[in-house]
Amino acid sequence: MYMKKIILDSLGKSQHRGLNFRDMLYNNEARAFFFQIVTFVLVVGLFYTAIGNLFQNIDERGINTGFTFLKNRAGFDILPFLGNYVVDYTPESSNFSVFYVGLVNTLVVAFVGIILSTLIGLLIGIARLSNNYLVAKLAGGYIELFRNVPILLQILFWYNLFINLFPHPKQSFAFFDIMFLNQRGLYLPKPIPEDGFMLAAISLLLGIIASYFVKKYYKKKHELTGIHTSTWPFSIALILGLPIIVFLILGSPLQFDIAVLGKFNLRGGMNVVPEFLALTFALSVYTATYIAEAIRSGIEAVDKGQKEAAAAIGLTPTQSLKLIILPQALRVAIPPTINQYLNLTKNSSLATAIGYPELMSAFGGTVLNQVGQAVEILAMAMLVYLVISLFISLLLNYVNNKMAIQGR
Amino acid sequence: MKQLLKLSAASLLVVGALSVQASTLGDVQAKGYVSCGVSKGLAGFSSADSSGTWTGVDVDVCRAVAAATLGDAQKVKFVPLTAKERFTALQSGEIDMLSRNTTWTITRDASLGLNFAGVNYYDGQGFMVKSSLGVSSAMELSGAAVCIQAGTTTELNLADWGKANGIEYNSVVSDTNAQTLTNYDAGRCDVLTTDASGLYSMRAAASDPSEHVVLPEIISKEPLGPVVRQGDDQWFNIVRWSLNAMITAEELGVTSATVDDVSNNPERERLMGRSGSTHEYVGLTPDWTYQIVKQVGNYSESFERNIGINTPIGIARGVNALWTDGGILYSPPFR
Repeated sequence: MYMKKIILDSLGKSQHRGLNFRDMLYNNEARAFFFQIVTFVLVVGLFYTAIGNLFQNIDERGINTGFTFLKNRAGFDILPFLGNYVVDYTPESSNFSVFYVGLVNTLVVAFVGIILSTLIGLLIGIARLSNNYLVAKLAGGYIELFRNVPILLQILFWYNLFINLFPHPKQSFAFFDIMFLNQRGLYLPKPIPEDGFMLAAISLLLGIIASYFVKKYYKKKHELTGIHTSTWPFSIALILGLPIIVFLILGSPLQFDIAVLGKFNLRGGMNVVPEFLALTFALSVYTATYIAEAIRSGIEAVDKGQKEAAAAIGLTPTQSLKLIILPQALRVAIPPTINQYLNLTKNSSLATAIGYPELMSAFGGTVLNQVGQAVEILAMAMLVYLVISLFISLLLNYVNNKMAIQGR
Repeated sequence: MKQLLKLSAASLLVVGALSVQASTLGDVQAKGYVSCGVSKGLAGFSSADSSGTWTGVDVDVCRAVAAATLGDAQKVKFVPLTAKERFTALQSGEIDMLSRNTTWTITRDASLGLNFAGVNYYDGQGFMVKSSLGVSSAMELSGAAVCIQAGTTTELNLADWGKANGIEYNSVVSDTNAQTLTNYDAGRCDVLTTDASGLYSMRAAASDPSEHVVLPEIISKEPLGPVVRQGDDQWFNIVRWSLNAMITAEELGVTSATVDDVSNNPERERLMGRSGSTHEYVGLTPDWTYQIVKQVGNYSESFERNIGINTPIGIARGVNALWTDGGILYSPPFR
């Protein structure tokens, strides 16, 4: 669009005195446009030559190319975690299944990490501005400590601490004999849904939707009449109460598989592996320091008068934080926080150091080594990170637009 | 603009130049050292001591090639690589040769653009457990967590073996040897699996070797050997025959101590470059094999010095004995 405008503009100008090459030559915009075209052609040419060269070299060295390896049998095992269950992975699965397993495991870390780091970051960011000396200094110390140690080191530290600190499976810490914690991870009861469980799940969904409308109704009422009604009792009744009643009426259609001690390990149950716990914890704790700083800068950017005005009209400190300060602070805090979400997702590839089977470890590591086609495999992995990152930015840009000051 | 054009032209030339296949021997002689990929530390095979000196049977193959091509076994630059990094480092030309307990398989030989130049250790995959578990056979391992290094044939063998024998296990994969060992020591897994030689090496490095048992089952063939890039047959021959020279020297009873003795055995004289013209065929000086034996020693010397029965690793020659001694070590003739 921009280019077209320049051409039309420059043509338009020339047409006053007739289309003249001399005018074009001395026209700044036309010259700038010409040089941009030349640069563009050179850059494209350079990349074209470089990629052509790459494939020629690969071919000359007798290295396989192409994507047929994706269909081949993988032949190796992957540490059993969520990805394995989603894909139903066995060594007989294809290399493409490994890609899928890795992708699922990456997304799980990113998802849990983003939620955890946001919660910790929000808490620490607010605590750092607390009037309580001890709380403020503790929060400051936390940020300085975790922000200034390299993330790879932290991941290795938490992982090695975990496997050395917790006991052998034979001496697991047991919680009510249904949950176990040992050096091989956390063993939770594995839910096995039976007939009718879907109805309970649907009623949960209905409860969430209904509570949204209840909230909307009372908000409107508040705006119209000024009468404030707390909606949380309705929300709890709808979101928790409704599905529980449906669940009980149907006769509790859910069984749990609890881990039991086998010869070497706990068997059964749902094993949350230490690699996942250490990685997610390290990434959340590290990223939270940056988010906390973003929140702090946001809060400090809100004019002092806002807080004073809130106090003057009789809002409590909690109300003032929730209704006046945070909504304005988040406007400033959201863009840098988006960056941290992206960083967290990309940093999850450091899992390869402790062997958590995410994309770069399972697919970009093991498959790459068994197949040896670095260019194709790394290109696929890069594309995935690119898509995830772009998706997160898109989502949060949407949130950012919603939060931004609306023109009235 | 002119500058930009020049710059672009220059970059095109640089990228273009990469496609020219240079001779590895010429490169090595021009830079004055052999760049050799080794492990990040596997006692007896390739490991560095506190002063940074590398030793091991794999290291000796690198040294033999340096002695043959540069006349000095010390002119080696060792590049420590993880199992995952090794092939890419060789393919990209970062190293001249790879001597890193690497198993020769058809996939690696035929699809990675690499060539295996021989076998310097015949190995097989085994299992090690803590004595306290009271396990005496790998067949009892169902339900165990197994520590394993990423990017190895071991991962594939284990899956095949588990399927064939109906044994279920959890594989705990780590990037480096060190982390694999840490995981095993800490108890993240019950079993450590890798090539049997590696197990002996790790057991020797443990604080109390008697706490660990290497189980009797060997579940695979793991012929380990040096690797070079495809497309440079001269370099391929140099590496292959440097290793063969060490094996032939043992067969002929030539050691680093007796290499200067003149004998009337024609094959021995040929090996030492005092007659014949084999050196011309590989493009080296007549004393290339002499330098190998003089500076590095024959195969037996290297073996006994690094992993033999009198070292802490304590591996018997077994299948790695010469064919004349009941093993399968066999070099084609120097003729």
